[in-house]
Amino acid sequence: MSHPPSESAGAAAQPGQGSLSAPVIEPGHTFASVTDKISAIVLSRQSPRSWFVGFAISFVLLMVFLYATGYLLATGVGLWGNNVPVAWAFDIINFVWWIGIGHAGTLISAVLLLLRQEWRTSINRFAEAMTLFAVACAGLYPLLHLGRPWVFYWLLPYPNTMGLWPQFRSPLVWDVFAVSTYGAVSLLFWYVGLIPDMATLRDRARRRVAQVVYGILAMGWRGSAVHWHRYQVAYLLLAGLATPLVVSVHSIVGLDFATSLLPGWHVTLFPPYFVAGAIFSGFAMVMTLAIPLRAVYGLEDFITLRHLGNMAKVMLATGLIVAYGYLMEAFFAWYSGNEYEWFLTINRALGPYAATYWSLIVCNVAVPQLLWFRAVRRNVPLLFVIALVVNVGMWLERFVIIVTSLHRDFLPSSWDMYYPTVWDLAQFAGSIGLFLTLLFLFIRFLPVIAIFELRELVHDTEEGHA
Amino acid sequence: MTLDPTRRDPRAPAPLARAGEAAGGLAPGNRAYWRSLEQLAATPEFRSFVEREFPRHASEWHDVSGRRNFLKLMAASLALAGATGCVREPAETIVPYVRSPEQAVPGKPLFFATATTLGGYARGVLVESHMGRPTKIEGNGEHPASRGATDAFAQASILSLYDPDRSQTVMFRGRIDTWDRFLTTLAAELPGLVNRQGKGLHLLTGTVTSPTLADQIQRLLGRFPAAEWHQYEPLGPDNIRAGARLAFDSDVDMLYHFDRARVVLSLDADFLAGMHGSLRYARDFMQTRREAAHKPGAGAPMNRLYVVEPTPSLTGAMADHRLPLSGGRIESMARAVAARLGVEGFDGAGEAAEGVWDRWLAAVAEDLSGQRGAGLILAGEGQPPGVHAVAHAINGALGNVGRTVEYIEPVEARPRDQRASLADLVRRMRSSEVELLVILGGNPVYTAPADLEFADNLSRVRLCIHLSDYYDETSFLSHWHIPAAHELESWSDARAHDGTATILQPLIAPLYGGKTAHEVVAALSGEAQRTSFEIVEQHWQERLESQEPGAAWRKALHDGIVPGTAAEVRQVQWSPASGTMDDALREDQAGDGEPVEIVFRRDPTIFDGRFANNGWLQELPKPLTKLCWDNAALISQATAQRLGVANEDVVELHVGKHTVDAPVWIMPGQADDTVTVPLGYGRWRTGRVGEGLGFNGYAIRVSDQPWTARGRLKKTRRRYPLVTTQDHWSMEGRDLVRVAAWDQYERQAGHRQPNGDAGGGDAGGGPAAQAGHGPAAHGGHEPVSLYPEYPYEGNAWGMVIDQTACIGCNACVVACQAENNIPIVGKEQVGRGREMHWLRIDRYYEGEGDDVAGLLGNPQTFFQPMLCMHCEKAPCEVVCPVAATVHDHEGLNEMIYNRCVGTRYCSNNCPYKVRRFNYLQYVDEKTEVLKLLRNPDVTVRSRGVMEKCTYCVQRISAARIDAKKENRAIRDGEVVTACQAACPTQAIVFGNINDGTSRVRALKELPLNYALLDELGTQPRTTYLARLVNRHPRLGAAPIAGAQRGERDQEGERTGT
Amino acid sequence: MSSQDVALYGLLAEFDKPEDLFEAAKRTHAEGYRRIEAYTPIPMEGLAEALGHHTTRLPLLTLLGGVLGGLTGYALQYYASVLDYPLNVGGRPLHSWPAFIPVTFELTVLGAAFFTVLGMLALNGLPMPYHPLFNVSEFKLASRDRFFLCIEARDPRFDAERTGEFLRRLGSRAVYEVPP
Repeated sequence: MSHPPSESAGAAAQPGQGSLSAPVIEPGHTFASVTDKISAIVLSRQSPRSWFVGFAISFVLLMVFLYATGYLLATGVGLWGNNVPVAWAFDIINFVWWIGIGHAGTLISAVLLLLRQEWRTSINRFAEAMTLFAVACAGLYPLLHLGRPWVFYWLLPYPNTMGLWPQFRSPLVWDVFAVSTYGAVSLLFWYVGLIPDMATLRDRARRRVAQVVYGILAMGWRGSAVHWHRYQVAYLLLAGLATPLVVSVHSIVGLDFATSLLPGWHVTLFPPYFVAGAIFSGFAMVMTLAIPLRAVYGLEDFITLRHLGNMAKVMLATGLIVAYGYLMEAFFAWYSGNEYEWFLTINRALGPYAATYWSLIVCNVAVPQLLWFRAVRRNVPLLFVIALVVNVGMWLERFVIIVTSLHRDFLPSSWDMYYPTVWDLAQFAGSIGLFLTLLFLFIRFLPVIAIFELRELVHDTEEGHA
Repeated sequence: MTLDPTRRDPRAPAPLARAGEAAGGLAPGNRAYWRSLEQLAATPEFRSFVEREFPRHASEWHDVSGRRNFLKLMAASLALAGATGCVREPAETIVPYVRSPEQAVPGKPLFFATATTLGGYARGVLVESHMGRPTKIEGNGEHPASRGATDAFAQASILSLYDPDRSQTVMFRGRIDTWDRFLTTLAAELPGLVNRQGKGLHLLTGTVTSPTLADQIQRLLGRFPAAEWHQYEPLGPDNIRAGARLAFDSDVDMLYHFDRARVVLSLDADFLAGMHGSLRYARDFMQTRREAAHKPGAGAPMNRLYVVEPTPSLTGAMADHRLPLSGGRIESMARAVAARLGVEGFDGAGEAAEGVWDRWLAAVAEDLSGQRGAGLILAGEGQPPGVHAVAHAINGALGNVGRTVEYIEPVEARPRDQRASLADLVRRMRSSEVELLVILGGNPVYTAPADLEFADNLSRVRLCIHLSDYYDETSFLSHWHIPAAHELESWSDARAHDGTATILQPLIAPLYGGKTAHEVVAALSGEAQRTSFEIVEQHWQERLESQEPGAAWRKALHDGIVPGTAAEVRQVQWSPASGTMDDALREDQAGDGEPVEIVFRRDPTIFDGRFANNGWLQELPKPLTKLCWDNAALISQATAQRLGVANEDVVELHVGKHTVDAPVWIMPGQADDTVTVPLGYGRWRTGRVGEGLGFNGYAIRVSDQPWTARGRLKKTRRRYPLVTTQDHWSMEGRDLVRVAAWDQYERQAGHRQPNGDAGGGDAGGGPAAQAGHGPAAHGGHEPVSLYPEYPYEGNAWGMVIDQTACIGCNACVVACQAENNIPIVGKEQVGRGREMHWLRIDRYYEGEGDDVAGLLGNPQTFFQPMLCMHCEKAPCEVVCPVAATVHDHEGLNEMIYNRCVGTRYCSNNCPYKVRRFNYLQYVDEKTEVLKLLRNPDVTVRSRGVMEKCTYCVQRISAARIDAKKENRAIRDGEVVTACQAACPTQAIVFGNINDGTSRVRALKELPLNYALLDELGTQPRTTYLARLVNRHPRLGAAPIAGAQRGERDQEGERTGT
Repeated sequence: MSSQDVALYGLLAEFDKPEDLFEAAKRTHAEGYRRIEAYTPIPMEGLAEALGHHTTRLPLLTLLGGVLGGLTGYALQYYASVLDYPLNVGGRPLHSWPAFIPVTFELTVLGAAFFTVLGMLALNGLPMPYHPLFNVSEFKLASRDRFFLCIEARDPRFDAERTGEFLRRLGSRAVYEVPP
């Protein structure tokens, strides 16, 4: 993919970056070409068969989700394998897993924007979408896992006849605020980013319906210079807000556990190491989705090896932080001399759930080390596999943290084992279906790549040539 | 009979074709309906039909067995729905009052004194009645066998009262019939009987202590001289009687005084939990220990308990020295002791003395002879008469008689060898001499020794009448079945272990139209019109002399005891006929040469099987194995290794030609090559709850070796799932149950003001390093917290649990369940770790850590009742997002059910894991009759809600209201929690820890007091007193829990030889 | 060619290259036109300034939103836990301020974000379903690859003839009349 001309073009594309790696956009593109190519996916071009196949599968899974959920509401959480002492299991594991995945989007958009990383342009739009959908999946679990889901709104502060309020010392309430804020801000961020592209679609659409719908979404955007000015200020401010937010959200999820007194949960290390883990899994998921996408829609020009390589580097970095987290957890268990903590560490490594622990180490610590090699980072299929492995690993991490900590705590008399039931699995598979369904609809009806930002990119590139 | 595995295995599918018939049979208006409902209701076919009728329930379960158990428990409504067609709606029969009696105040419970019986013997109780609904059973403080305490059976009998599966109608040959038709049949029989002098009339009862019934039967026999009265209790006291006859050549009962005993040697006698009078004995025994432990240095003596037994019992668990010994060797052990003590007639022949054995004998002999008049040797019902005789001999020789043991007139109305009595009946049945067999209670078809083939011979009886509370195995094979009234529904009387009589008064009109034995016997005597009230009242009015008529009767009813009815003390002479001792030995010779010894024991929770349909008792974990919903063949670790079997492996047990399949469970402390078979399971006809559980031990119980049999054990490839509530037995070296050696503790605690360091305070070893102080007197360190302490003026409720006194008898667990409307969840859910008990009893073993055989061979057993600690810095509350669990002003950790949304974080964050979650709709809200059972003062929790111990907050508020009305403070001891009230050994003390004079405060200031998991800073309001062990100096110091430590002596001793 | 009496919204000049538009914008502003606006498919740095717009009050709004959100958050928790329904939760003080920080922070961000976005839309006068420019069919290209400069008729120096002439001289590829 990287023939000499593109090298130079790439260099030109990155004023002041001096990187000689692949460019963020292949040369030869004009405002018109990028606009047409991206908007065509939505407006004119016939969706490929793979889209229909993928959508069909996701939709079936979504139905599984709905069935499992309905049955759950009718019967009770006893449907799952949870028990005492393991009162949280798949439900919270999946919550944390999804919310973690939901971190890459905002991070890519916000942090990389602040850091002026142009390469974000091609992936931020759909990373943000992924964030939204992941947060949606994540948000469902805390609701469904309640014993009485129909009164979930008691967690919200609203004046009521009972004269009661939420108990603000509980990290679960912090969660409610953190997750909903994160969802809201991500949505705003995403939508603001969409406005100029909505205008583009409005102006390019031929069918009346499309014109009206996109017209409404575009809110009458005309690309006025003054609007652009305020728009960019706003976008920058949002990015500035989203950055601490994204850090706070998973920190608070980490506090869900860290504020307890349970061995294996009561760890001051959790907030930062949860955030790192979130970014880790988030980028893994972006990679997992981006690689097929660029192949199917021929977006190799826009999502280049440069993007994949950079994401791989981020994964490597965050993966190392996570590994450090595991190490420190074990070290402090030993160093603190706390018999419960130390027992827990041994139990994780050698106890009945040892298998999950060691596969976690393999997936999250061993495998990512491959990313040190440039060859690996440029090998797209291998990257895809590694990304998948990391996704699995991060799920296992949550399993280890939650289940192995709970199943053997202070009093041996209350020790017990946890085994998932078919309904645990159905709920999980179903939530993946929900996620993919939303994603496929997004690909079909909205521009997966920020068109106007691509135009900017082309502009800069041309300036580079000039 | 061999138990058919498909029957015993609940997962075996029921033939659907048959189910189809059942469905047809149930179609309304179908004539087949009336004929078949009763059988249907008890058959698997019926249940499978029900399953398919209720897919919503059915599909809640992940395996068929779970679904079936679930239905057995929850679909009770179905029986009513069906049965109400043929019996009166219970709700109608039990309308409490037409004119409300003046003392009844709506909303305020009344308490009535009566008694519940077990094996014929009475335990006095007070029954709490809410507007005519008995809801809770407490002990009767006046009653000698209760002294205010109850056992699990008494507590659970309230559930049996309302059990919708109890027989609800008279049946004739499996058809629904009426009492009147029965009387007509009987009337037709009587003339013939009169002519034959009653020849061919046979009465079969259990042990009868009821003076009235005995009187009735005597008169009946007077009328029909040729009639016969047989008695049979599956767990009867034949050996004890025979032992006494062997020793004194006469029938006497023993009355023990453990409060006067300093040294007790129990030869396989489970006097703390498995004897008539156990409640009293446990209390007396612990009285001594408590007094000593609570006043260290006051010179109060500590008693010492030696136990020799083949299979672990609660008494063995409390022993200072326990020796596992196969049942066959206990007699020689006893004789060796006798020889050491120089009891005449014992030459010490038998056991060669060596090793631990020798040291043991030496220690026991030394203690006993050192405590003449204050020693006590007793043998268990499972031991052959010879052992009993030896015990009598030693007690006599040491001058313990009249002090620690008294011989009294037999409490039974007519003591006799019950096994012989039953065998005699069967012989006559076989030879078709039995014209009319009247079975009053009991279930011989199920419980009779296998070799008698009672069921087969029953068919030779011309007319068989069976009175029983369930339509059980015997009812099914009898011609007439009469539903028996529950004890709480009937007038009767019974005597306690010391002979004291109690008049049983009904708390409620018979729910299902049950009859009493009195009424049936009356009918036999042609006085069918007399009610049991008239019969009982007349009996006592004649005997209760009193100035004003009726006063004594009323007083007797009110007090729950009839004064002056205690059995007289007998002076007995040690007069063993020559050679009898050797004869006594013959008992176990039969079937010798067989490889393993099989020991039959009553089941700790369902007794001889009579409680099989009681969900509370089925789900109650067995004290030592913690199994529920099943029994298992218990074997030792070593034996299991030798045979290559593991838990849940199914083995075939053979005794002679009889055999049964049983799952194996490894029992620490079990004597090697000894298999314990708990009786009472494998019922095939009792009700939805009790059928198809466990295996039937009676199938291999033969009349010549009823307690200890020689047999074979064969492996099979099958496995059978067992569920236990605690599968981990080790404390993992954690400082959970603290133990101190008595002498050490006394030495150090004696000359030390309280609150300082106590004896044996080595790392984790001794009692709480610092005991309670500060206003809240939480054991352990001064609370270290960033936050200021929360002030608690007024009452500050707290609890102390004395681990020296707790014998793990489970009474508190069931009491809690009854008091707080705690649901049962079924075997499958228990297997998932979702049992709902608010109060559980943790069981730990301690011993040689490095040597599994040593550890499991003869470990020290510890019990730790575990309930909500009501932490002042409660971790559960902080994490609740909706403030559904918060503290009140008196320091209670309260659970607000209707605010709970069920995040379950509180449970995760509870270090004691005492919170219980309603994962499904566990409470049966459909069965009407069960609604009567519930305590109206306690919320019934629904699905999706967390629950836990509340310190019986409803009782606290009741006391508070009374106090307010009288404008005073709540007195110490005025609030008694359900668990505390039930406890036979008063191990649980509850009260106001702000009150410097309260008992609980005093205990919290003992050096023994410590808070569990103190280091977490949860500041629990419930604290524990360390367990004291009083070991003989030459048998090694107490094993120190927490610090895995043990001396060689113990090492040797554990090997048990 | 239109005449004076026909009411106009303004005149719209179309350019091929961003540079041309930039140049044109500067010249138009220098010429003294004030009611002018440029329309581009991409945000162009300095273009707004070239048209005489220099500052925006948006950051102030963001700050305001953040402060409001934070105060609301803490006040809410304080009122609920200390004033309205004080409860002894696990022996913690009623005013457990460390535990109140996370919610406060989240609400700060939420407030700021909403003020930013809504503020931006409001200042831009969006949503605006109808605008005269939409009548010019070529204007569709403004969201693709064309650059437009519009001088509104309201501008005091506006004169259909001369302004049109002026725009054509700026090197635009076409000038359109924008009907109101």
